[in-house]
Amino acid sequence: MSDPAGDARALDVDGLDRLIAALSERGFAPHGPIVRDGSIVWGPLRGVADLPAGWTLEQDAGRCQLVRRGDGALFGWAVGPDSPKRLFLPPSLQLFTARRDDEGGFALDPPAPAPGPIALIGARPCEIAAIAVQDRVLLGSEHTDAHYRARRDEAFIVAAHCGEPGGTCFCVSADTGPSARSGFDLALTELHGDGEHTFVIEVATERGAAVLEAVPHRAATGDEIARAAAVVTGAASRMGRELETDGLRELLYGCREHPRWDEIAARCLGCANCTMVCPTCFCTSVSDLTDITGATAWRERSWDSCFTMDFSYIHGGSVRPSVGARYRHWITHKLASWHDQFDESGCVGCGRCITWCPVAIDITAEVVGLRSDGSPPPRTRTAGFRV
Amino acid sequence: MPASSRRTRRPKLAVFKLASCDGCQLSLLDCEDELLAVADAIEIAHFPEASRRSVRGPYDLTLVEGSVTTPHDAERIREIRGVSRRLVTIGACATSGGIQALRNFADADALVAAVYPRPDFLRTLATSTPIADHVRVDYELRGCPVDKRELLDVIIAFLHDRRPAIASSSVCIECKRRGTVCVMVAHGTPCLGPVTHAGCGALCPTYDRGCYGCFGPADSVNAAALGDAFRAAGTPSGEVARAFRTFNAAAAPFAAEGDRHGEA
Repeated sequence: MSDPAGDARALDVDGLDRLIAALSERGFAPHGPIVRDGSIVWGPLRGVADLPAGWTLEQDAGRCQLVRRGDGALFGWAVGPDSPKRLFLPPSLQLFTARRDDEGGFALDPPAPAPGPIALIGARPCEIAAIAVQDRVLLGSEHTDAHYRARRDEAFIVAAHCGEPGGTCFCVSADTGPSARSGFDLALTELHGDGEHTFVIEVATERGAAVLEAVPHRAATGDEIARAAAVVTGAASRMGRELETDGLRELLYGCREHPRWDEIAARCLGCANCTMVCPTCFCTSVSDLTDITGATAWRERSWDSCFTMDFSYIHGGSVRPSVGARYRHWITHKLASWHDQFDESGCVGCGRCITWCPVAIDITAEVVGLRSDGSPPPRTRTAGFRV
Repeated sequence: MPASSRRTRRPKLAVFKLASCDGCQLSLLDCEDELLAVADAIEIAHFPEASRRSVRGPYDLTLVEGSVTTPHDAERIREIRGVSRRLVTIGACATSGGIQALRNFADADALVAAVYPRPDFLRTLATSTPIADHVRVDYELRGCPVDKRELLDVIIAFLHDRRPAIASSSVCIECKRRGTVCVMVAHGTPCLGPVTHAGCGALCPTYDRGCYGCFGPADSVNAAALGDAFRAAGTPSGEVARAFRTFNAAAAPFAAEGDRHGEA
């Protein structure tokens, strides 16, 4: 039902504020980008006034600075360290509680109910692509994640097509942006400057249309529609990074013994930041905890990472004891074996792993390095988990 | 199991200290809401900071704070091990030598002469060393001081015969779970979080400070890569050395990095 050319609407800033209010009235908890701790993160949104008006994030490998733009744009920046992953796959979650009864058995308390449905205001195309990737992982088989589903199912998504890519963005290479094609209810493109501040709105779902009906709006003009298209075309031409994806899966499968891994290991901290900020990384671990008396036990699930030693610990030790082996595992899964598991890449080109790496390791540069360091030496068979 | 029969078989807890500031054992007394439940589940048999009453060993669970800095300490820790079924070391002093291990990088005799008017009264070792260098240790709990929730979990895990649910990964994971923005990437603040063992809940970065490394090295760290990053960002060599030379100065990865950037 999406037909941006014929059906686009327009909202002003007040209209966007009313849209947020309308979603709130319908029982959604609006969440969007807010300025906090010297950056832009996802947080609860009361209205347009909470959005990062006039701010942008200057990003490069290992660096992200919050700076003034010199105008009042609300979406004049790309992505911060957070992604909607935090909302749908919470960093820590109590899965259940068990209580010992008097007869020597125990009773299970159900988990606390998931909060009411969330409305994402201003989700970026790469973030929406990442949600689709996590949907496939967590909901795409017969073994679905009930906790994720409870948060994800009813979520309302207002996309914000990108006009201002960051220095580490490469959504064009990942084919996920700078405009979103699906996975949203409404999508906006921000037009600002010369006294104008308009959001061209694309309606993608019936409930999106219904919410918009509750808000004063008008049809977008042909000129506005053309300029909205130019915004994303311009963004596409200003990507901060590029990733050559042709033959990537085969490249990585052929690189098991590449000297580049040792070279990366010399730089990599093994700190796991890349996996924490990655909007598609979905790994968690569970811990069983007890109170002092042993009458109550509970299971907690928290974000975890293939970069920790604990994560791959099995009888006898960790499967990937060296930092180089862990980086190789991560990038190979993300860019190669994800295709075999889920029929797509695990990378959406958001650039977070580049920006938020404290030592500026750049996934796009590592791929270039793996391609250009000459042919990998012949593969040698190794026993067990040698790395 | 009825409470009365459990009480008759309460395991015995002992708390000992060597060279340390007492802050870690105080963490146990800081467990105000849980302290009565702890005392109900385990007999506090020897804990001089809490009670004058002392019950003789052997003890089922012994917590040891502090490092070995004197010949007397070295002797005493063997005696403590001898009366302890499970021995858990708590805090940076006990697990890495503590801040007093700075002497390991200096001339201990010269320090003694500079500090004490009558050094001949003193019997001290040239180094401050962790307990595990002297006796077998069943579990090491990190921190300067230890985190009271983790300390409780160690005791609870002992009581219920499970592993403590304590991760040995980096502080970065705690920051990201909390939603704390990276102080290094966003503000250019040098931070030891990427190489430091989790456990504090990312206390300092959450209050806009770089991590000081109170919990020592994480499980598999590349301290050299972080030291290089500090240098590349303009931190002088001596300051990089000092960043690694604090509460866990003698922990191997931090000691090596301190050496690499130390003034000759």
